[in-house]
Amino acid sequence: MRRALLLLKRRAISSIPVLLIVIVGTFLLLEAAPGDAVDAYLLSIGGGDAALVASLRASYGLDQSTLARLWLYLTALAHFDLGWSVTFGRPIVDLILERLPNTLWLMGSALALSFSLGSILGVVAGARPGSATDRFLSIGSLALYAVPSFWLGLVLSVVFSVQLRWFPIAGIETIASGKHGIDRALDIARHLVLPVSALGFIYLALFLRMMRSGMAEAWRQDYALAARAKGLGRPRIVIRHIARNALLPLVTMLGLQAASMLGGSVVIESVFAIPGFGRLAQEAVAGRDAPLLIGIIVTSAVLVILVNLLVDITYALLDPRVGAAEAAA
Amino acid sequence: MSLLRRLLGTPEGAVGTVILCLLVLAALLAPVLFPADPLSIVGPALVPPFTDPSLPLGTDRLGRDVLAGLMHGAGTSLAVGIAAAAMAMIAGSLVGTLAGLAGGLVDEALMRVVDAFQIVPSFLLALAFVSVTGASLPVVITAIALGAWTGPARLARAEVLSIRERDYVAAARVLGMRPLEIAFREVLPNALPPVMALSSVIVAISVLTEAALSFLGLGDPNIVTWGSMIAQGRNVLRSAPFLSILPGIALMLTVLGVYLFSEGLADALARRRSRA
Repeated sequence: MRRALLLLKRRAISSIPVLLIVIVGTFLLLEAAPGDAVDAYLLSIGGGDAALVASLRASYGLDQSTLARLWLYLTALAHFDLGWSVTFGRPIVDLILERLPNTLWLMGSALALSFSLGSILGVVAGARPGSATDRFLSIGSLALYAVPSFWLGLVLSVVFSVQLRWFPIAGIETIASGKHGIDRALDIARHLVLPVSALGFIYLALFLRMMRSGMAEAWRQDYALAARAKGLGRPRIVIRHIARNALLPLVTMLGLQAASMLGGSVVIESVFAIPGFGRLAQEAVAGRDAPLLIGIIVTSAVLVILVNLLVDITYALLDPRVGAAEAAA
Repeated sequence: MSLLRRLLGTPEGAVGTVILCLLVLAALLAPVLFPADPLSIVGPALVPPFTDPSLPLGTDRLGRDVLAGLMHGAGTSLAVGIAAAAMAMIAGSLVGTLAGLAGGLVDEALMRVVDAFQIVPSFLLALAFVSVTGASLPVVITAIALGAWTGPARLARAEVLSIRERDYVAAARVLGMRPLEIAFREVLPNALPPVMALSSVIVAISVLTEAALSFLGLGDPNIVTWGSMIAQGRNVLRSAPFLSILPGIALMLTVLGVYLFSEGLADALARRRSRA
């Protein structure tokens, strides 16, 4: 445990400069955009005179120099203040905290689905490398990996929502259903079945293929030969010796895919009209709301860092070799 | 020649090569068979597929030829995929080589930048970049490359770090070659092949990212893409699902073709190496 905590501290400290690069980089990128939130606001109210524009700019601090505003932004950020969204007329932190849970449910469930199903199918494929089952699963998962997730979402909704009417077509829960507790949770779960499948099935292939190749590798190791020489049964060798050793790299993959899946959920949320983080990003783009977009990108970077820290700890707990050098130092 | 035969000898390689050849053919024939703008109206709206011989795959909501759109879209997808991947590979290998050769503070700084690009979801980055600069084909290509160059950069750096300790690099130094000469004549050519192996995956991801961007309406509005065809078909998903389904199948075949081709190529190369 001490080892894991030491590792955690190191990683957390080393990610601070990286996060700073993300913040400054995003700020400067969006600074280069033509037009600001005041322009977008004026467009929506049908224009205004120069005095109004100047006073609006001054009230949002948009009349100051880039460097001054970057400094202001960083000091505010140190107090967990991401600024004010002109599009929504609300603090950005509130908006993000309101939308984030929906995306976390979507992402977490999809990751869990692809990880569990992918590793199980990977065990099936890797139990006998080169067999017909193995080939079928490898090709099938590759085909699935080639499918655009938003298209899979559309097809699933045509089949299961429009034709069969099994699942709701959009949203995160029934609007004004008055449901509470377990009923509400079930309602949300029903809404999430299709989006989670659309996102999770795409990434399944990654875990399947990694598990499979890890197992194929493990079969060639001495301990596999030793287990066979001991006369252990095949299922026992596959589960206890082969699969167990092949599982570790998949944990790393989980962390690597977190960023990619967060990006993927932007499109899926648009397909299923889920009021999540990704839709917020789209709304920020549509409203030319640069502070909101910066806030979203910074939050997602923090999220990815946190997921990777979690993965590192899990890894250190699972594999005693990891972090041993850091603990000894 | 024998490499090609071995590539076509694996089932993956054969299928992948056939799919990619058909796509290139479709892209090349599109301006010949459908010289008119694929975004122009050619008939009544929502003609179902396989009913009108002059419009084999029917028309969309605005009466545009679906087959013409699909064929012109093939060119867009391939061009964006290959251009974005090329851009990412070049930028990534240059940064990675520089970091690996320079070492010290330069290496540290460059790798922190790589880290920063890696923790931002590349799709969000592309979204932000396109929204800042306005949607056009070069912008979309750059936006996709921005999220894809970190993989090649990391790999190139790792390769350079291992190569620069080899004897032939030491020999070149003893011979009096200048550092830049060593970098470009000894290190880079040997570091590149493993990095090139990433290119097919990056092409595939780029094709999918481009489709997702244009699905969200962030593609170049004057160019027909499969992603935008899916998005437009979405409005009539209940009555004419084929409008969204056909370009989706085209996308899937393209990406699958790239994956299969690269697997076949890796197989063929591995077998050549094991025989040598």
